[in-house]
Amino acid sequence: MPAKKIVRTRFEPSSDQSLFVYFGEKITIHAHEQVRKLLHLLEAEPIAGVRNLHPAYCSLLVKFDALKWRHAQLEKEVRKYLSRLDKVKLPEPRQLEIHVCYGGELGPDLEEVAALHKITPEQIIKLHSSVTYLVYFLGFAPGFAYLGELPQGLVTPRLPSPRKRVPAGSVGIAGNQTGVYPFETPGGWRLLGRTPISMFRTDRDGLSLLSIGDRVRFVPISRERFAELSRA
Amino acid sequence: MSAIEVLAPGLLTTVQDLGREGFGPMGVSTSGAADPVSLRIGNRLVGNAEVAAGLEMTLLGGAFQFHGACVAALTGSDFGATLEGVAVSPWSSFEVELGQTLKLGPTRSGARCYLCVQGGIQTKPFLGSASTHLLSGLGGHEGRALRKGDVLKVGASAGPGRTGTLVYTVRACSPKDMSQLAPRKVLRVTPGPQSEWFPKAAQKAFCANGYRVTEEANRMGLRLDGPPIPGGAHGEMISEGVSLGAIQIAAGGLPIILFVEQQTTGGYAKIANVISADIHSLGQLRPRDEIRFEPVSFATARKLLIEQEKLLASEKLIGET
Repeated sequence: MPAKKIVRTRFEPSSDQSLFVYFGEKITIHAHEQVRKLLHLLEAEPIAGVRNLHPAYCSLLVKFDALKWRHAQLEKEVRKYLSRLDKVKLPEPRQLEIHVCYGGELGPDLEEVAALHKITPEQIIKLHSSVTYLVYFLGFAPGFAYLGELPQGLVTPRLPSPRKRVPAGSVGIAGNQTGVYPFETPGGWRLLGRTPISMFRTDRDGLSLLSIGDRVRFVPISRERFAELSRA
Repeated sequence: MSAIEVLAPGLLTTVQDLGREGFGPMGVSTSGAADPVSLRIGNRLVGNAEVAAGLEMTLLGGAFQFHGACVAALTGSDFGATLEGVAVSPWSSFEVELGQTLKLGPTRSGARCYLCVQGGIQTKPFLGSASTHLLSGLGGHEGRALRKGDVLKVGASAGPGRTGTLVYTVRACSPKDMSQLAPRKVLRVTPGPQSEWFPKAAQKAFCANGYRVTEEANRMGLRLDGPPIPGGAHGEMISEGVSLGAIQIAAGGLPIILFVEQQTTGGYAKIANVISADIHSLGQLRPRDEIRFEPVSFATARKLLIEQEKLLASEKLIGET
């Protein structure tokens, strides 16, 4: 029998119509898998009166109909699902590649990030595209995936004050995370480049290109290739 | 099939229904009417299902020409509406004839006014809802606020109306019941998931202090100004889901209330959460409004919601005049 990792599951009301399930207080692959398994089970066998689910690094926020449920009752019900998590088989992760044109006006923070780490922009690009990232969850805006973890040498604090406008497709880093902005939004992540790929589109079945649990690699492309793919 | 043409859009007018639930795992927030109580009542006044789509106007209303006879109602704040120059009372249904123009002006009370029409505003649904999600440009009418020249389709009337065979009677809300649903400036809150992170004195100060709504108040959130809350500096915490009406304390100690088009996850500590029964009040707050928070228990919050829903479901709320 494999050794079981002991992670204390904690419940906490977030509002009068939502309840947190916390799987520890640390970002770990184990916590991520627990979140995914519970999400998977709750999507496969929905609880009547549960309205929405918000997965994150090591928590799942459950929004419910407050006329049907009280926190304590719902906790009891969710605990039944928790007892079955060990048996949940998660599907094989999908492997995706995202093309990125790094630097220049498409990646306005590349030079500064390189300067901060005292290496060349080329080395930053190499580092960023050298590893496979895990989609921990989607949040913030539609289709925004929190990808981790960055190689140690790339860990960078977010901008001191966020930009009012980050163009759609911008690839940014913050702390030990990286991600792609699906829409033009405000944002405080440091921008290394831009992808011509649409992260969230209404004309396809999976509206969001990425889903929780996917594995992602960034592939550097030239300015010309970026222009070509943008037209496509 | 009737239609409404936008002659003037007003400051920010969008198509809204009660929002789309269940797409949190994709990062999609619920959206929907900022004052859902007003939209629900407006729909009932014109004989629609509560979930039908209407127009949400913000601070300054627009002008709309009707390309067909219909029954309409205005709810929420009083935007000084006139139909062909004749004043129209809010919270009561009225008939509009082909070619007539409804004009609205600046608000005389809160932030938002709703126009509901019998048959509802028809748009191509996105994830099962007509709600406009402004941030991502999805849903509603082409994913954006209305512009001059837009033409909105109105659904076929289900209830009795001018074009139907039944005689239409004006419906209006009972003033006594409406006073119970009036938007509040003292917002009741339950503890947030990180309220214990704040020193007792800070939690107390949060409810004793008054706050002012800043100009940065929109469908995504309301930034408040006032005395900063001490002890909230925990740096960045691990990002987690955020609930509707969550009050997060950002750097600098000032509160932000997350609203219908909120980001679905975030990394700031949340000191409290506006109760469900007071969410619609947030939709009527204007910049420079003075507000205060009053702590209640989860049991009280639930009792208040049950009372509100009972009132909203009651037959006597809306009567024929």
